[in-house]
Amino acid sequence: MSTDGPDRPEGEIPEDEALEDEALEDEALEDEALEDEALEDERGGFWQAVAPRRIDLRSALLVPLLAVIAALGIGAIVIAVTEGPGEILTAYGALGKGAFLGWRPFSETLTYATPVILAGLSVAIGFKAGLFNIGGEGQMIIGGFCAVVVGFSFEGLSPWLHVPLAVLAAIAGGAVWGGIPGWLRAKTGAHEVITTIMFNWIAIRLLDYLLKTSFVRKAGELRPISKEVLPSARLPRLLSWLPIDDAGQLRVHLGFILALVAAGFVWWLLAKTTIGFEFRSVGLNPDGARYAGMSVTRTTVAVMAVAGALAGLAGAGETLGTLGRASPGFSGGAGFDAIALALLGRSHPVGVVLAGLLWGALRAGSRTMDAQSAVGIDLIVVVQALIIVFIAAPALVRAIFRVRTGEGVRQLTRGWGA
Amino acid sequence: MISPEREALRTPAETRRSRILGVFYLLMAWLVAQVFALGTSGDAKFRLGSPDNPLDWTVSAQGLAWVVTAILGALAAIHFMRGLGKWTNGVLGVALGVFVLAFLGWAAAGVPDGFSLVGMLQASVIKATPIAFGALSGVMCERVAVINIGIEGMLITGAFVGAVVATVVNQAAGILAATLAGGVLALGLAVLCIKYQVDQIVAGVVINIFALGFTAYLGSQYLVKNTANLNQPGRLSAIKIPLLGDIPVVGTVLFNHTVFVYALFLLVAAMTYGLFRTRWGLRSRAVGEHPRAADTLGVNVLRSRYVNVVLGGMIAGFGGAWFTIGNGFPFNENMTGGRGFIGLATMIFGRWHPVGALGAALVFGFADSLQVKLSILDTGIPSEFLLMAPYIAAVVVVAGVVGKARPPAADGQPYVKE
Repeated sequence: MSTDGPDRPEGEIPEDEALEDEALEDEALEDEALEDEALEDERGGFWQAVAPRRIDLRSALLVPLLAVIAALGIGAIVIAVTEGPGEILTAYGALGKGAFLGWRPFSETLTYATPVILAGLSVAIGFKAGLFNIGGEGQMIIGGFCAVVVGFSFEGLSPWLHVPLAVLAAIAGGAVWGGIPGWLRAKTGAHEVITTIMFNWIAIRLLDYLLKTSFVRKAGELRPISKEVLPSARLPRLLSWLPIDDAGQLRVHLGFILALVAAGFVWWLLAKTTIGFEFRSVGLNPDGARYAGMSVTRTTVAVMAVAGALAGLAGAGETLGTLGRASPGFSGGAGFDAIALALLGRSHPVGVVLAGLLWGALRAGSRTMDAQSAVGIDLIVVVQALIIVFIAAPALVRAIFRVRTGEGVRQLTRGWGA
Repeated sequence: MISPEREALRTPAETRRSRILGVFYLLMAWLVAQVFALGTSGDAKFRLGSPDNPLDWTVSAQGLAWVVTAILGALAAIHFMRGLGKWTNGVLGVALGVFVLAFLGWAAAGVPDGFSLVGMLQASVIKATPIAFGALSGVMCERVAVINIGIEGMLITGAFVGAVVATVVNQAAGILAATLAGGVLALGLAVLCIKYQVDQIVAGVVINIFALGFTAYLGSQYLVKNTANLNQPGRLSAIKIPLLGDIPVVGTVLFNHTVFVYALFLLVAAMTYGLFRTRWGLRSRAVGEHPRAADTLGVNVLRSRYVNVVLGGMIAGFGGAWFTIGNGFPFNENMTGGRGFIGLATMIFGRWHPVGALGAALVFGFADSLQVKLSILDTGIPSEFLLMAPYIAAVVVVAGVVGKARPPAADGQPYVKE
């Protein structure tokens, strides 16, 4: 690659060594065409890439870290230009205070991190299979709504039964809402980027409608909001036992634990199971995967359904945990933030959790920043977008900090035709 | 009956598709008979003239519905027996048209004021404008094999910059500034995709998040407080073309619009000529189909991509100004409402051809304006479902009810010079 050639770090070259057991076992399947492709493609051939590789920790951490620093730096320039240089310290000071100092900020950070971790895992698992799930928002809405309906419907159930039931409803709803674009992709070639975005809009309108129906709408309420979730279906709060004054305001709930469990599940699924191997194979080379006897159709639907289920779980976290009901826009844009997170966390479950915590901190802190300085909350969206730009193009980071970094985001997605 | 030789010319896939369409027509015919014909009585009045030149067409709604049922039934029979070959898509368009006519007859039956068909068609053209600009921007980029998911971001940037500059300077300057802003954003996309070879879809999404976040930040920081000084673009007045504008029906629908609509018509003509009749067009298409071959023959692939992507961005920026200057609305966060993505669906529907894109955009514009006009008629259909119509139409379109279109062969692939 002409642009990257001279700067390429030594650590990246011996990718061929990453050919591990799994790839060797499947060596018999490599026909000449695949070999040619592997030679041609400098970014690493099919089987090389499918094989689990040793993670270069320095490179995996350095780029995201520098990207965050660079984005906050440019954010500071934006503040300096729009509000004057004096405001930078006030704003970022408030940001840090609102994110970390004390139990309340800590709880808020985890509360905001919960939906974005789950939705981020949803996008990440799509990336692993070469599918770009921008539909997290719609899947969250449908999942969260299903959870609410179960949550207010069955009176007198034990929490041990009611909570799992409501959560399962969310998972099922999200899986269906994600699975349909997957099915369309597999059967008709309709690109998931367009269909999932359209499904977001359809979900938003559907929620608007459903919130007005008498079955869902809270009695005697003018605003279109749903009935309250019964206490037996609420996700219990994690920190309300703390012996401090405002313990009642610590909102972090069981959803955060569920997010961590989900991250573990995604790691296990992708790294240790045959299904996960199929996901990754289809993502890297659908033709190769088909040649190896995998059903690309079934895998595509399965990937999107799992991705939708994760986003649906994120929706349940919001409705059963944080809010206790459904209202228009309850997903709060987490489905879109998730894209940034998956890139920041390099589509690895651990990376997504760490990125989600950072995101939660930014979100929690931005509230305080909004209140205590002249800088508006939307600045964080700009910072967020800048982070993705730098993650996507490490060459920019390299140019700013004059360090060696790994390669950029390789082809994660497939075009219209593939 | 069809002769065996001709039957043999049809592939099994064509036969199957023909059967599916037959079932589809039969369902439509059943729906028209059951709901629109049996469920109505009275006359529907369609207004075809302008207020000062009235021209009404009054028809029995039930009779209209029976005629439409007969047409659809006949089409279903033809599809079961032999199919329509190359006329299939055109006939499908006409069939959908008469279906909608029966629907409108049902909705307007018994309404004393009647239904302004001309008003609705005119609104369709207006609503189609930003979608068509988005689609043309996509055609421009994808003909040189760069996927532009960032159209939505370019539209919103054009809307923002246009509104501010039009308020501060004047409307012409606003349109110019919006065009340039779209170009600058597209340059960013081009650098990410062409120079740094970032995954094109990821890069486009980055552009979107960045543009939506940045305009929202600046909007909440400045425009909300200073609406009168910064966010009052004023409405561009419609210009009636002499002579052409006086033709009944057609004149009102096509030749009484703002400069945005006329610019759209001119751009479609210019792009069609440019892409298929000039040296620039031939080179662009070569770069999109087989960049290596084009390079061998001395075409500068990278420069060609830069030029077209920036031009595409300028088209989208210009189209973005429609949202504010073209309508007289102040800038509002997220006011593009996914039109950029619908533009992408339109581009696919229009088979990467400017004229096709315009035709497809008119279909979406029709769906968009139908919802506005139907909410006036008070049909009892919830407005949320009507608002879903364009998005559902987009899903149906990309899922290929209208047949599979082929994108430029190298679409989405970065080019590395050897």
